Amino acid sequence: MPEINNSNFEVFVEYAGFLGDLPIFALADGTVQILATDNISIMPHNGLLSACLSLDGNKLITGGEDGLVLAINPHGEIHQIADLGDQWVDKIAAGPQGLVGFASGRSAFVVDGNSEQKGFTHARTIEGICFAPKGKRMALARYNGVSLHWTGLDAAPVELEWAGSHTGVTISPNGKFIVTTMQENALHGWRLDNPATGDGKHMRMTGYPTKVKSISWSAKGKWLASSGAPAAIVWPFTSKDGPMGKTPKELGSMGDNLVTVVCCHPSQQVVAIGYDNGMVLAVRIDDEKEAVLRKTGKAPVNSLNWDKKGVRLAFGSEEGEAGVIEI
Amino acid sequence: MTQPIPVTVLTGYLGSGKTTLLNRILSQSHGKKYAVIVNEFGEIGIDNDLIVSSDEEIYEMNNGCVCCTVRGDLIRVISNLMKRRGRFDAIIVETTGLADPAPVAQTFFMDDDVRAWAKLDAVIALVDAKHLMLRLKDAPEAEDQIAFADVILLNKIDLVSDDERGKVEAAIRVLNPHAVIYPTKQADIDLGLILDRGAFDLDRILADDPKFLEPESDHHHHEHNHGHDCGPDCDHPDHEYTTSPHDSEITSVSLRGTEMNSDMFFQWINKITQIDGPDILRLKGIIAFADDPDRYVVQGIHMIVEGDHQRPWKDNEKRESRLVFIGRNLDHEKLTRTFAACHA
Ligand SMILES: [Zn+2]
Ligand SMILES: [Zn+2]
Repeated sequence: MPEINNSNFEVFVEYAGFLGDLPIFALADGTVQILATDNISIMPHNGLLSACLSLDGNKLITGGEDGLVLAINPHGEIHQIADLGDQWVDKIAAGPQGLVGFASGRSAFVVDGNSEQKGFTHARTIEGICFAPKGKRMALARYNGVSLHWTGLDAAPVELEWAGSHTGVTISPNGKFIVTTMQENALHGWRLDNPATGDGKHMRMTGYPTKVKSISWSAKGKWLASSGAPAAIVWPFTSKDGPMGKTPKELGSMGDNLVTVVCCHPSQQVVAIGYDNGMVLAVRIDDEKEAVLRKTGKAPVNSLNWDKKGVRLAFGSEEGEAGVIEI
Repeated sequence: MTQPIPVTVLTGYLGSGKTTLLNRILSQSHGKKYAVIVNEFGEIGIDNDLIVSSDEEIYEMNNGCVCCTVRGDLIRVISNLMKRRGRFDAIIVETTGLADPAPVAQTFFMDDDVRAWAKLDAVIALVDAKHLMLRLKDAPEAEDQIAFADVILLNKIDLVSDDERGKVEAAIRVLNPHAVIYPTKQADIDLGLILDRGAFDLDRILADDPKFLEPESDHHHHEHNHGHDCGPDCDHPDHEYTTSPHDSEITSVSLRGTEMNSDMFFQWINKITQIDGPDILRLKGIIAFADDPDRYVVQGIHMIVEGDHQRPWKDNEKRESRLVFIGRNLDHEKLTRTFAACHA
């Protein structure tokens, strides 16, 4: 077993990761803990609902029950990006050039590096948000599909339709595939043959026993790992048809224990897998070789993130157990 | 895992007293903390972190069936609330007057997460005693809300005569013979009677319903079986009250029997709910299976059926199966016949 530096915050860990080199944990009650020589503990939100890292890795972007969207740096300094009043900001994403996207209810916003804000209103709730690799477009998951908005142009969005509720969205690192998690136990994907029109093939990825809540692209977008089954379900995306007609790999199969979160290594074809019993595993995708990183815990693992070099893994659970695993 | 959080659903028209009741729940000191999911912030005059506004968003599940719907907003709000479950003891969901209660209730059975975290305690319908008869004439939602409820607060009772009150109660009984009815003024009710009572537990509803336990209660199943078919010109005083609900097809069918064959019963209930699910608003029952020492409780909404072993039959308890359907266009004869065929 590798060395684990454990903490217990006794509050749901929304995000466990690294800010610069420092382990950082964002908790549902609104506190943020930065582990440094002198630990920093701040309470930027009254209730925190969402958090992600800026692409340069030096800011944690957070959204709260207090309607605030904030950026926190490694010194614990807080910069306000937006204030939506009493709206819950429960969806957040970071993009290239300092872009930040966030959503509350039926409205989504993008703020660029110069603090210019642009809003998009939809007829139905926005459930997921992500940026395309170059940041020119922002994808919003919604009921019956995905809307691809231009971040810098006042042009109509490209609409991708598929019946049902889409709860999350991701775009492959090469920009060719869009994949959503759904309310039903499935992923849905579109191959973007023509990004200007949204024309392209549909991809259905089904067979999960529960909802998929966590998806992660492996380095260079070769694989898409997903939670929602008693193993990490890892779909191949190397061919131009993506996973169609192929079977996924089932990695880290653990009997009855469900995978709750997945996070792929930044450079190697390795996926870190968190389970509902608190276990954490790392599995090499090619030869399916497993390494147990944490045997068990009190609660489901909710967040897993590698540091930039891929030598440390931070985890956090639904009941506040958290830690840093040195690989 | 911690215990699921009890959830109370409040339905009723604008003006029925929902807001008054919510304010009572939030302001009275009863030692419990409630998270309240409302449609409009402004309605409630109390500032509270645990009041969350939401916007009744109906999701059709992808099986393409019109009755298999959930409330997407509830899934999101409850998922977020549950991250800090220590803050509250129970959840109250207020719905708008126009809302169909089924998707709300179905969310607690059809979404795996919500189902694990929260448990439907009761559906409470607030009814304005003064205006209900008018509502029933023009609004199918009002009927649905009454038919669906476990508990009905017959509010503004001080504004109607005894005669009017009798008519309103009778109209409610036509739609839902098994709900518990509490008459109230200004929604003033002992909260202990309506919150966290496990009213959605069938055991309670069926056991607490004296009518159900009466041996001759069978005529309650249907308002039309006192010897003739009621027509629009039917004006005899003993069921004059049915004039308004006569326009609707909501009825209830109460079935009782002895020990059932479990294989046959499950096949039957699954088939009935698959075929007639869109018309079935609620079903609740306690079943005695041959060779099973436990009481089996079953409940359903449209096409969803849930069942579980509840507790062993007591020595002095009659091993009897009881099942009630509330819905539209229910075929009384077919239900009775096919249910009877499942006897062991
Ligand atoms: Zn259905
Ligand atoms: Zn008659």
